[in-house]
Amino acid sequence: MAKSRWEWFHQLASPKSFYEKTTRWLPWLGFLAVTLLLVGAFWGLAVAPEDAKQGNSYRIIFIHVPAAFLALAGYYMMAIAGAIGLIWKMKLSFIAMRSAAVIGAALTFVSLFTGAVWGKPTWGTYWVWDARITSMLILFFLYLGVIALADAFERRESGNKAAALLALVGTVNIPIIYKSVDWWNSLHQPATIKLTSAPSMDMSMFVPLLVMIAGFYAFYAYVLVKHMRAQSLQSERQKQWVKDTLLGE
Amino acid sequence: MRLSMLAKRDFTLFWRNKSDVSNALIFFVVAISFFPLGVSPDATILGPISVGLIWIVALLSVQLGLDSLFRDDYEDGSLEQLALSETPLALIVLVRLLVYWCCVGLPLSLLSPLLGLMLSMPSEAYGTLIVSITLGTLYLTAVGAVGAALTVSLKRGGMLLSLIVMPLYTPILIFGASSVTFAADGMNADGLLMVVFGLTVLSVSLAPLAISASLRMSLENG
Repeated sequence: MAKSRWEWFHQLASPKSFYEKTTRWLPWLGFLAVTLLLVGAFWGLAVAPEDAKQGNSYRIIFIHVPAAFLALAGYYMMAIAGAIGLIWKMKLSFIAMRSAAVIGAALTFVSLFTGAVWGKPTWGTYWVWDARITSMLILFFLYLGVIALADAFERRESGNKAAALLALVGTVNIPIIYKSVDWWNSLHQPATIKLTSAPSMDMSMFVPLLVMIAGFYAFYAYVLVKHMRAQSLQSERQKQWVKDTLLGE
Repeated sequence: MRLSMLAKRDFTLFWRNKSDVSNALIFFVVAISFFPLGVSPDATILGPISVGLIWIVALLSVQLGLDSLFRDDYEDGSLEQLALSETPLALIVLVRLLVYWCCVGLPLSLLSPLLGLMLSMPSEAYGTLIVSITLGTLYLTAVGAVGAALTVSLKRGGMLLSLIVMPLYTPILIFGASSVTFAADGMNADGLLMVVFGLTVLSVSLAPLAISASLRMSLENG
């Protein structure tokens, strides 16, 4: 009984059936992501009112905040995928981990970059060693470390396991790093700019932001699946099913 | 009994390869002496940044020798023997970490006041400096050894090792350096030293588990 109940799970765990299953629903996921992002972007950039203090420059929040959100959530996604791979020796899970690492690093970079662009008009500087910014930068380094370690091994499986372990060590450290950076800032230089003390958001701005966050989640899922599909093909390139898929039956 | 034999073996090995240990200490002194040349020999400039400089260079020095922590044992096969023995690998690793720390971390912390003097660090800070570097190097050894264990089967793991462990060093650098800065400013640094101590206890108790898992993985991959 228990076996049949989990069959779908085990099937999904093989790169082949993952590839086949996602072929069907991937377009729908893409459609959802594009719709949410278009609606959110239009709402946020054109409909939402100007900010009283920051004028139009605040509108970058509609990209900055969702990207930062997913950059953080993505680390845990990566670590959990790595842990599942280590425990159940699931190939697909390692594939998910590697994809999450690359996408997470990209999103962290996006949030740092948009933050810098936003910082110039509002704070008058591209970079401040503020606690939140600094911990994002360290998160970026953590992602780079996982990616570099995963790619350093000749055998793919060795890289998978090593990167998964590093990602897990990172999960213990991320809260500590976050707290330490937070303290460090408040100890030495009383924060001159506080993100939290910005005027609390009006609903007309908050709702499009929520739409954008949902859109980013859908987009994240879409890119993750896309990236995993590409990796499935690459890592199984010796197998017959890949030849069948790529060469058209 | 067994563990004491292991400790003796590790000490002997470190003693025979003195260069690994002495390189770290020489690096510490040389790198510190570059700052007056590169920044300014002026005591009013060096004094305020001396704490950070000593902490950062101590961090790099500890890391310098970590790459060789398991490498020789891995290459000549004795690591495999250790992994097969009845003693838990995590305990064996813990002994190795402590021995490494005795050979590198302790001398570093004893040297640090001398360098603080040369960088005109305020005299109130020396006690805190020694305590924080002593504890901090233990943390750096334990966390860095995770990276060393992960990269031991790679031919050129050294560069990668620093990339993967440096971000994890952030907390100890922040708390360690700010405890000394506190003391230098004439404030009570006990609270911060407690945090450093807590981090050290956490790392020394958890890291051996991660290290032994990584080593087993590296052996499997061989």
